[in-house]
Amino acid sequence: MFADMIESVAKILFIFTVNLGFFAPILGWVERKQSALMQDRIGANRADVGGFTIIGLFHPISDAIKVIMKEDFIPAGAEKLLHTLAPAISLIPAIITFAVVPFGGQYELFGHHVNLVIADLDVGILYVFAFSGLATYGVVLAGWASRNNWSLIGGLRASAQMLSYEVAMGLTVIGVMMVYGTLKLTEIGAMQESLFHWGVFLQPLGFILFFTCAVAENKRAPFDMPEAESELVAGYFTEYSSFKFVMFWMGEFLEIVTIAGLVTTLFFGAWHIPFVSDSALVSFFHFAGPNGAAVLAMLVNITTFFVKVCFFIWLQMTIRWTLPRFRYDQVMKLCWKMILPLSLVNILITGLVLLNG
Amino acid sequence: MSAYVPVLIMLVLAVATAGGMIYATTVIGPKKQFPDKMEPFECGESPIVSPKLRFNVKFYLIGLFFVIFDIEAVFVYPWAVLFKDLGLFGFIEMMVFIVILAIGLLYVWRRGALEWE
Repeated sequence: MFADMIESVAKILFIFTVNLGFFAPILGWVERKQSALMQDRIGANRADVGGFTIIGLFHPISDAIKVIMKEDFIPAGAEKLLHTLAPAISLIPAIITFAVVPFGGQYELFGHHVNLVIADLDVGILYVFAFSGLATYGVVLAGWASRNNWSLIGGLRASAQMLSYEVAMGLTVIGVMMVYGTLKLTEIGAMQESLFHWGVFLQPLGFILFFTCAVAENKRAPFDMPEAESELVAGYFTEYSSFKFVMFWMGEFLEIVTIAGLVTTLFFGAWHIPFVSDSALVSFFHFAGPNGAAVLAMLVNITTFFVKVCFFIWLQMTIRWTLPRFRYDQVMKLCWKMILPLSLVNILITGLVLLNG
Repeated sequence: MSAYVPVLIMLVLAVATAGGMIYATTVIGPKKQFPDKMEPFECGESPIVSPKLRFNVKFYLIGLFFVIFDIEAVFVYPWAVLFKDLGLFGFIEMMVFIVILAIGLLYVWRRGALEWE
């Protein structure tokens, strides 16, 4: 019981450190560097400590200090309470969605069973959809409570877009559930030990549709209609300043990480290295004794998982800076007239193949 | 239910993080307010129309479609998990359900509810 508690607390602290302490600040810098790279610029490189710039890595720290020193500002006409709550409502679901994503396998350590996921829920995927649905409230309330025309249009666009893609995203993963026969993300991950059982080979259409929906759900370019800066100033967060403004960005960055984690778990073998089974990994480290081997295998699996996550973060960044923005009618058309029928067809094909196979 | 305890801990931590950020940002930082600054941002102009206006009915329709289709999607989840046990009979049953769902989509589509001009 005591060991379980220590394990839970350690896992929660680990994910908080990795997500809020590492990914959320660093992705702002990554985004600036990635855009600079693709547009043949230098990008953030000026912030320095004692003359050392380390390719601009001090920028997240200096940005944080700068932003928190700014005036927190609520327009006279705004709904004060909702205006204040909205950033929190969009940030909190982004933080806790990662709870069901497994970042490693299961290990026997000093007679204690370690399962590297914060909450191993039976309803895994459903939990993710439930909380990503809650994030819609933050955006809509931000747009509505600001009492600004730009914000309202941005919030409205966001509401319709996020609701539409939520439906499509729910239907695209049904193929994955049919193949693996479970909603638990840890079990789905464990079943992808062999490269040929990776979700992307069993559900290629499902992967493309899910990834598209996930990027659209996160409102990133080419689906960034709610915050289209060339027409709506900044969309739903036009009237936000200081750290409340940053909280929307942190929410977006954390969702990028969660999407990358989900895509890795559902389609790209979770924590497994291709052609290396779990038992082969443990026996490779047998020189360290049973406990040492488990620890080393655990570290290798966690590293593998986060390398894959970083790849999908990079992919989302590249998509963001490669594709131009859609028109709003095109966004809605893509969802209801392309992805939704295609995901129904995907269910049909998956069912037929599974019945014959 | 014990599987949900870590989720609860995480929720408390997340609320504390978000609350701490909002509290810190309202305490730190200058407070200089004057009437022009408190107006809604409109690139320096005064807003002509109030944001409390009526907006396109399409947004409500999308909300309705969301309720219909998302609930149908949730009905499919348990079937998808048990798919291999249910076999051919279950497959045909669910295809009937999904065809009804598809007819609904087709109806909405043909009535022009998905057109944005």
